[in-house]
Amino acid sequence: MTTLHIDHASRWFGNVVAVNDVTMTVGPGVTGLLGPNGAGKSTLINMMGGFLDPSTGTVTLDGQTIWGSESVYREIGVVPEREAMYDFLTGREFVLANAELQGLGAKEAQRALATVEMEYAQDRKISTYSKGMRQRVKMASALVHEPSVLLLDEPFNGMDPRQRMQLMDLLRRMGADGRTVLFSSHILEEVEQLASHIEVIVAGRHAASGDFRKIRRLMTDRPHRYLVRSSDDRALAAALIADPSTAGIEVDHGDGGLRVQAVDFGRFTELLPRVARERGIRLLTVSPSDESLESVFSYLVAA
Amino acid sequence: MYNPTVARLTYRALLGRRRALILFLLPAMLLVIAAAVRAFNGADDQVAADVLGGFALATMVPLIGVIAGTGAIGPEIDDGSIVYLLSKPVKRSSIIFTKLIVAIAVTMVFSAVPTFVAGYILNGNGQQVAVAYTVAALVASIAYSALFLLLGTVSRHAVVIGLVYALVWETLFGSLIAGARTLSVQQWALALAQKVTGDGLITSDVALPTAVALLAAVTVVATWFAGHKLSRLTLAGEE
Repeated sequence: MTTLHIDHASRWFGNVVAVNDVTMTVGPGVTGLLGPNGAGKSTLINMMGGFLDPSTGTVTLDGQTIWGSESVYREIGVVPEREAMYDFLTGREFVLANAELQGLGAKEAQRALATVEMEYAQDRKISTYSKGMRQRVKMASALVHEPSVLLLDEPFNGMDPRQRMQLMDLLRRMGADGRTVLFSSHILEEVEQLASHIEVIVAGRHAASGDFRKIRRLMTDRPHRYLVRSSDDRALAAALIADPSTAGIEVDHGDGGLRVQAVDFGRFTELLPRVARERGIRLLTVSPSDESLESVFSYLVAA
Repeated sequence: MYNPTVARLTYRALLGRRRALILFLLPAMLLVIAAAVRAFNGADDQVAADVLGGFALATMVPLIGVIAGTGAIGPEIDDGSIVYLLSKPVKRSSIIFTKLIVAIAVTMVFSAVPTFVAGYILNGNGQQVAVAYTVAALVASIAYSALFLLLGTVSRHAVVIGLVYALVWETLFGSLIAGARTLSVQQWALALAQKVTGDGLITSDVALPTAVALLAAVTVVATWFAGHKLSRLTLAGEE
């Protein structure tokens, strides 16, 4: 039970392709959906949650098409990214309403509130809640019926570190129980701490899939570019290019310095200071020139 | 079909927002006008019919219908909180049906009840004028609620479109172009009011059987279409 299948699913809005021919399977345990902002993570989660129909392809839960079927919500719990909820209700009233809509009652609502540790503020209006408190009440509303699939869109946004730890513990427990937990994030460290399995989405495409060690290796093994300035650029260049960890060096006359492309990250970081010391060259600047998350992701797409 | 939880959320959303003030303001205005007319003019059947027809049925009922009908679903779709209703094993058609019942109940309470009271103030229900306009307000509440609920489901600008329909189409065009009057909830409701008073105080451009058929058709078709729209509603992310 409870495996999500996304099969060659695409979704476009007018001329904009938000999700492009993605195929993945999300099974029991905690899966992280990683990608930069605007990569199509929300679109993908909305398709898995039945709030968007795929333009082509299929999104199914154990063989049942999710779009247009209300009965899947007995299995699925959804924690949306958007802030809007019924602000004029208290936390308790909100969770109780969600329980009733699942055909459950006050007992289940109270248990869900206890699970997210929101009992202390349950009788306050939601409009008075902080972002983290809202997030936890949203969690409670998605947990009332103990779903076997839980979908969370950027659940850690706006949480303080303690709340983040709490939620991570909760999601880990749910994953260990054999539930299918999928959450999206644009922060690698978040995903790495929590997810046993990672799916990477970049520019609407499925870029990589695997456990975090594999993703981490892909990210560190990519070619790194550095700007290096030293007391003797040309001597340094000659020494570096002799080693296989360096793929290319360009002398930059404009900025003054060397643009180095390293292919073996670990070896290069050890090589550079050693070579400099042996030749008596002073390193003045060593700065990575493409460390942005986007460049990391775009490398993954090409890989 | 009727879901009490959806109904409770809808009532609280409708009566808890600032817009709800208009729900109290308009009936209060009607009662003040009725009291003033009675005080200065005394009881007069024709004047009573004119006030109830001109203000209560032509202006107040459609305005309250716009607020209750669009307000029962529009804000939830706009801000995305409808996701908490849609992510439940509840039929989309029962969400619409429940919201329609709530919108009808609110429109009836805030338009038909004050119409009846105002009628009594104006001429003590002489010639059945109060009852006639109350009946008209009740049936108009049903059709307006269904129409404006549909509008709230299909458009982000439901309130504006609803106001334009209620004020420009029903009131302005209705008084200028005879044809527009045939396609007007107000005229259909007046056909029933005419039947109740019986003697020329109230006139409608539409024959009673046509009016009843059109009222029923508009209500059923608008509700069905709103249910259809809701079941195809997509929620895009914030990206």
